[in-house]
Amino acid sequence: MSVGAETTFQKVLETAAAWMLGVLWALPLLYAAWAAFHLAGDSTRFDLAAPLTWKNFAYVWAAAPFPRYFLNTFLLVTLIIIVQFTLSTLAGYAFARFRWPGRNVMFVLVLLQLMIMPDVLIVENYGTMAKLGLVDTIVAIGMPYFGSAFGIFLMRQTFKSIPRELDDAARIEGAGTMLTLLKVYVPLAKPVYLAYGLVSVSYHWNNFLWPLIVTNSVTSRPLTVGLQIFSSGDQGIDWSIITAATLLSAGPLLVAFLLFQRQFVQSFLRAGIR
Amino acid sequence: MTDRSSDDVQSPWVGWALFLPAAAFLAAFTYYPAIATLIESLFSNAKAGRAARFVGLDNYAAMIDDPIFWNALANNAWFALGTIPASIGLAIGMALLVNRALPGRALVRMSYFAPTILAMVAVANIWLFIFAPQIGLLNMATAWLGLAPHNWLGQPSTALASVTAVAIWKEAGFFMIFYLAALQNMPANLAEAAAIEGASRWYYFWKVTFPLLMPTTLFVLVNAVVNAFRLVDHIIVMTKGGPDNASMLLLYYIYEVGFKYWDTSYAAAMSMVLLAILGAVAIGQFLILDRRTHYR
Repeated sequence: MSVGAETTFQKVLETAAAWMLGVLWALPLLYAAWAAFHLAGDSTRFDLAAPLTWKNFAYVWAAAPFPRYFLNTFLLVTLIIIVQFTLSTLAGYAFARFRWPGRNVMFVLVLLQLMIMPDVLIVENYGTMAKLGLVDTIVAIGMPYFGSAFGIFLMRQTFKSIPRELDDAARIEGAGTMLTLLKVYVPLAKPVYLAYGLVSVSYHWNNFLWPLIVTNSVTSRPLTVGLQIFSSGDQGIDWSIITAATLLSAGPLLVAFLLFQRQFVQSFLRAGIR
Repeated sequence: MTDRSSDDVQSPWVGWALFLPAAAFLAAFTYYPAIATLIESLFSNAKAGRAARFVGLDNYAAMIDDPIFWNALANNAWFALGTIPASIGLAIGMALLVNRALPGRALVRMSYFAPTILAMVAVANIWLFIFAPQIGLLNMATAWLGLAPHNWLGQPSTALASVTAVAIWKEAGFFMIFYLAALQNMPANLAEAAAIEGASRWYYFWKVTFPLLMPTTLFVLVNAVVNAFRLVDHIIVMTKGGPDNASMLLLYYIYEVGFKYWDTSYAAAMSMVLLAILGAVAIGQFLILDRRTHYR
């Protein structure tokens, strides 16, 4: 059923192309991993007999407050996800099932945030945080992202696809607005919450510019900023150390991805195609 | 499906009450700062002991006279032109390659997609090592080919191209998954019909597959354009806009002016340009989506 008689030769050629591109794409990561697990002297000489070592990771862990950065990032993504889930669920429900004055105008305004995102409004948002006295706190890193157009849109679409009969049935049984939302809509949207959660966690685990601007101490700095300060600091240029720090900071997300590859890809897809 | 939106519960209070918490944060960190940026761009920068005063379009006039601003804008255009077609082309190619029987397919897909999971900061650190003079992977490869070593990020001629390559590496795999999903949803009978007609694979791709992928391409395109103007993490790590502003991008310049020189009024004026670009993308998307719904 393939188009144009596909010869064996073509098949081999395409397989080779797929693999070569795959190797090329994996090369930077493999190279970084090679350097991270070898001593500085061996890291740029590809001697397969060179001894593997954990020393770079141990050094990084001790040399900079990485445990604290991990905690900060963990707290940050947890905070963001809890607030985003709550606010997006409520707002998504309002747009999906209620008629209220200004709904359509508000919806366009919400969609506008998909383009005009807090990421580019750094100067004014920093001013706001300074006025609120929140500079250098984890809350300040997360707050511009609490109201999420993406989340509201995603929940609206999801809730709209839920049969209204279920809603009617709950109401006939006497459930109020909030109870209907909690007992009917939220449970049926579980896969969407998983998708939204994975996308949001990977986004904020990796976010850099805003956290760099709004933090200035170890107590609030997330991993990305910690990594940048560590690798541009007085490490000299020891690539084994820097790649070890890089892999360490990306580690949990990378391991989660390797374990739950399908869920990750599905989540990005579900979140993207609406 | 029948549209039952007329069945929506008519309840102004409940609707607004549910929306209000999210609306408050959207207003405080998206709409207010967007408007505040516009206002601030019309005032002089407040300094110690001197309040900001209204200066009209002075900041914009300064911007037009600022060669670094134009440099950043031009670089950003080149950066967008370099990353967008290349990463979309690669994404389609990758999707076609792994959308068929292939030994080790899962591994190949994983390799394409893995850069998406990494932070741009992490990616930039890895590539800093690859571009490093003398010991970097790239210079080892060129030495093996008998070419002279090159300071990829340190030379104005290659700095922008180097950061562009990094962005392509990071984005192509992300866009691939959307094409892959679209390919898998494509009706199989089209390929059968084309096979009976004896269409060549090249012809089939350009006349059938590519047009059918158009909605996906539009979605990916919007994402790619926004990313080209929104992401400067790699610039901070790899080049800081240098050497000699050769890799200066708009948002990075705004960041420098706003947070290194603390000239927030001038940063606001340049932010308005960035907002205008993103706004144009938004309007373009709405118009295109609007057209699409007509012929559906």
